[in-house]
Amino acid sequence: MRLEPRTETTLIRAVLMPCLAILVTLILAGILVMLADASPLEAFSLVLKGAAGSQFAILETLTRATPLIFTGLSVAVAFRAKLWNIGAEAQLYIGAVLTVIIGTQTLGLPPVILIALMMIISMIGGSIMLYGPALLKTRFGVDEVVTTLLLNFITLLFVSLLLEGVLKDPMGLGWPQTETVHGEARLPRLVQGKRLHFGFVIALFSSIVVWVIMAKTVLGYEMRAVGHNIVAARFAGISVNRVLLKTAVISGGLAALAGFSEVAGTKGNLTLDLSPGFGYTGIVVAMLALLHPIGVVFSAIFIAGVFVGADAMGRATGVPSFIADVIVAISLMTMVVAIMLTKFRVRFA
Amino acid sequence: MEALEILLSASFWIATIRIASPLIFATMGELLCERAGVLNLGIEGIMTAGAFAGWYTVYAGGDLWLGVAVAALTGMMFGLIHGFLTVPLGLSQHVTGIGTTLLATSITYFIYRVLLPQETSPPKIDPFAPLPIPFLSEIPLIGQALFAQTPLTYLAFILVGTIAWILNRTPAGTAIRAVGENPAAVESQGISVTLVRMSAVAVGSALMAVGGAFLTMSAFNSFFFEMINGRGWVCIALVVFGSWKPGKALLGAILFAAFDAYQVRLQSVVGNVVPYQVFLMMPYVLSILALIVMSRRAGYPKALMIPYLKGER
Repeated sequence: MRLEPRTETTLIRAVLMPCLAILVTLILAGILVMLADASPLEAFSLVLKGAAGSQFAILETLTRATPLIFTGLSVAVAFRAKLWNIGAEAQLYIGAVLTVIIGTQTLGLPPVILIALMMIISMIGGSIMLYGPALLKTRFGVDEVVTTLLLNFITLLFVSLLLEGVLKDPMGLGWPQTETVHGEARLPRLVQGKRLHFGFVIALFSSIVVWVIMAKTVLGYEMRAVGHNIVAARFAGISVNRVLLKTAVISGGLAALAGFSEVAGTKGNLTLDLSPGFGYTGIVVAMLALLHPIGVVFSAIFIAGVFVGADAMGRATGVPSFIADVIVAISLMTMVVAIMLTKFRVRFA
Repeated sequence: MEALEILLSASFWIATIRIASPLIFATMGELLCERAGVLNLGIEGIMTAGAFAGWYTVYAGGDLWLGVAVAALTGMMFGLIHGFLTVPLGLSQHVTGIGTTLLATSITYFIYRVLLPQETSPPKIDPFAPLPIPFLSEIPLIGQALFAQTPLTYLAFILVGTIAWILNRTPAGTAIRAVGENPAAVESQGISVTLVRMSAVAVGSALMAVGGAFLTMSAFNSFFFEMINGRGWVCIALVVFGSWKPGKALLGAILFAAFDAYQVRLQSVVGNVVPYQVFLMMPYVLSILALIVMSRRAGYPKALMIPYLKGER
């Protein structure tokens, strides 16, 4: 068996292959649903209904998609330059911690300034969290995959330490949680009485900004060049290390915004279960979007829909809602194969 | 003073070897994959799957050794998925590896919930019992630690020697090292790079799964969510720390385990001064520090993470 590069990628193939990937994913997940003694068709229609069957369902899906857009953008930017940031989870939590610290102070600032301040400080925190591993990579050649992964565990323990120590809510009845941020530090709701908040708008705006950076600026060009062929980029006079460090700053900052938006928009305070793996799921979001910033919005909504829908389906049928994680993981695998098949032809010799 | 006395207690050394055992299995597995040129980030998920598969086999009435075999086969299956995508298809080893971890973990949790829908507290099994070796186990201080462990721990130590022997003394080992350094040269000798790499990943993944199974079948006696808790990532650091050599990696695993056992005991000595999270953080911090120190002289396999596609120059 050997791979031959295709001379051209036709549009039909570029569309057909991802669709095929989703079909294969559903078939494989369907087999698992049958293991749980349920009908796959019924289960999947319940997932669809739970994700998009009502105004409430759609708003829930968009709320769930918001942090995934941020972490997806973070990963997309980093992976584009082949900076393997697997630490979006840690950057998210640092963003959340800083948002809580500022949001619970009485600063007397106008809400717009206060929210902007929370955004900027949390982004700086997230940037620093990834700058460290990036510096270790460029200076000492330490693999950033392992350092960012290990930092996730260190950061969660650090947050736990804060939640049981200096940031502990004195009125929290002993629960490890922080105080709730002040009203003026909360992001406004987009629909009266529903959970969807202004963070979603910031997420959409961020994806456009990232798209502009990636497609229209010199830095974006350099990032793509470094990711495409590091030797050629260096030969072309690009300072690879500087580009990687700048990429780290942008990527870490974006992941931190997920923490900011979850605290200021959805939850109001910080607990250790703020993120059910948004950082890791961001990797799948970015890959399904082929690392395209605008595509990230759609893949985040798709994956959020799978999670929200599977929760509803699980309650109705007894199929464990872990099926959502399985679907997300399988779709990552089938999608990378699909992308490859648009570029290569498989020959069996 | 009390902080130093810990080092003189037999229980500390027993715990060190016990904590090291699963790390040794998984580190040897990762080392085998990487020496063949394939980074396997599926390790964390494969350990989770192995932990569950082995435990459930015994829970369902199987023999303990059957459990180990089922765990190994489960790991091999996920290894073949990672291997197929990264070796013949040449996909990104980073992305596929993370995907393998997500896949193995989520399928494990899903199947756990399907098989045991009602369980709130994880059911227990009768795990491997310690097997003291006569006379040797009576050596003071280290006798109990080295010679009164469960059979799986002995297997872990035997494994290190076996892997070192295979890599350095057998034709198979030469082939594995060669595909990790210069795959084109191997192909020109008429050996299939794909076959060698796939086999290394499959066997390596089986070892990772046995490492996971050690936790549910020897160290503890039940399976619960998130029990691997980053051990797989630590093993990846240990491979780098050991400069891709089995003996050095073993030393790394024991050092790491000693530190882990020490911090648990230190907590009871100075726990009221320093928050417990600081102690729990230390093993991860130590792993990062070890990477920084060792990276300067890292003799990593030259073709690590570089896919070999036939007919490409």
